[in-house]
Amino acid sequence: MKYQPVIGLEVHVQLKTDSKIFCGCSTQFGAEPNSQTCPVCLGLPGALPVLNKKVVEFAIKAGLSTNCSITPRSIFARKNYFYPDLPKGYQISQFEDPICQHGWLDITLEGQESKRIGITRIHMEEDAGKLVHADVSALEDGSGVDLNRACTPLLEVVSEPDLRTSDEAVSYLKQLHRIVTWLGICDGNMEEGSFRCDANVSVMPVGSETLGTRAEIKNVNSFKFVRQAIEYEIQRQIDLIDDGGTVVQETRLFDPNSGTTRSMRSKEEAHDYRYFPDPDLVPLVIGDEWVERVRRELPELPEQRQQRFINLLGLPLYDAGVLTASRALADYFEAAIAAGGTAKALGNWIMGEITRTLNDTGTTIEMCPVTPVRLAEMLKLIDNGTISGKIAKTVFDEMWKSGKKPLLIVEEQGLVQVSDIGAIEAVIDEVLTRESGQVAEYRSGKDKLFGFFVGQVMKASKGKANPALVNELLLSKLNG
Amino acid sequence: MNITVADVEHVARLARLELDPDEKSLFAGQMDAILGYVEKLKGVNTDGIVPTSHAVPMENAFREDLTRPSFSIDKALANAPDRVESFFRVPKVIE
Repeated sequence: MKYQPVIGLEVHVQLKTDSKIFCGCSTQFGAEPNSQTCPVCLGLPGALPVLNKKVVEFAIKAGLSTNCSITPRSIFARKNYFYPDLPKGYQISQFEDPICQHGWLDITLEGQESKRIGITRIHMEEDAGKLVHADVSALEDGSGVDLNRACTPLLEVVSEPDLRTSDEAVSYLKQLHRIVTWLGICDGNMEEGSFRCDANVSVMPVGSETLGTRAEIKNVNSFKFVRQAIEYEIQRQIDLIDDGGTVVQETRLFDPNSGTTRSMRSKEEAHDYRYFPDPDLVPLVIGDEWVERVRRELPELPEQRQQRFINLLGLPLYDAGVLTASRALADYFEAAIAAGGTAKALGNWIMGEITRTLNDTGTTIEMCPVTPVRLAEMLKLIDNGTISGKIAKTVFDEMWKSGKKPLLIVEEQGLVQVSDIGAIEAVIDEVLTRESGQVAEYRSGKDKLFGFFVGQVMKASKGKANPALVNELLLSKLNG
Repeated sequence: MNITVADVEHVARLARLELDPDEKSLFAGQMDAILGYVEKLKGVNTDGIVPTSHAVPMENAFREDLTRPSFSIDKALANAPDRVESFFRVPKVIE
């Protein structure tokens, strides 16, 4: 039988605030265990949580950027369960009336029509603490609890089960990741857990209207793992059904080492969270004025910017996608355009040499030593024939090291392209005399040797000969 | 309402309470009486009344996103039944 996978994602987005959601403890990652706690996040009796206004502001931003409506009156609820990383015995979350509802994101896979993925809801909640099992030998047979992360602000973004393949799931996830980092509300660091994903996966016979039983997969903390976990889980369920078994509703843990998922017995107990409104936190009322102010202050979003790059600058979808991967990269590109560069050439340099050198040196685009203006200046030197594209690489490396203006580098190092016909002809004559044997072969029909001559001439001119002229003059001399 | 011993056992498990058989039937009766009393409220006409989530007529209590000094590690761990280095120690949790 043929099966149709159905996937929904729950994404936890850690918000980039300085302090926690309900208290003034720092949210700094990597501090010494239990050095960032207070009566509120330790859950001590009598402590009163007070909502961080910036969390609300960030949630509205996220909601508006994902086409959600903002709930005028929302409330916080207690989600009750026992776990050693949860000091209060409940998590403060939202259940009824979450802050954002009914949104969507469009995803576009290469060569396909764009597809709309529904967002059911976005709600605010506090994170739990962290359990440490193996790293500390002094724990012996126990587990360590670090409550620094407890009470860190999260948004949970819940999608509709609109995704059908692992490709779609990854594309949706990347789109969401790009938006929250673009807005500056999340640092997007998946390794540190700032952007985490649970996947709900089920399969049903093709043509069926009834969804199959789903498994919830936890602990997928990279785009690669999301793909692996979903693909493994789809196949596991199909094999199970084909062998006459049935899928049970359960929580499964993804194991990155084996690329498989396995049942989490600790979560076997039926979920019965007994949500109820948290009496410590008063209702949150968000008026139109607040929403409209946030809407006005939103930056141009990545999707819109990508469209603008395609429509106004004529970039292909792929290029526009890469250049809007982050706001800083898109800003860099546009600053270079403003400095007089042409879109296609700039795009190629940014996606090529700049990205490569940034990766090699572990630098970010914000810290790129070659400024957008310098890059545009260099491209002008190529355009007006002062330097060749090949020499430009040398100029680029020098700009990266010294930050000097490209024209100065060209002058200092004598890199000006030679476009003087007489001078180039002299070099060609010299090469053809030296390589008389090859010339004879070429003239007897071995056309492939043409590239060899070009290479020799460029080498003899130390890369400075104008390549177009070299081609033209060589051709006429060899064939003439 | 009709609260059974099974209901009591379910709630007791969620609350991590250990009850003996006598307590279970005692509490089943008491809970049944309490819920039966609350059941009476269903008879009140609540048309057009928004459900009350909070007893205090107040909204929007905020704090600005400013950090404040936290407890020292020793203070945070002062009540810990078991401590190792800077951690609370609990029985091993296996995933």
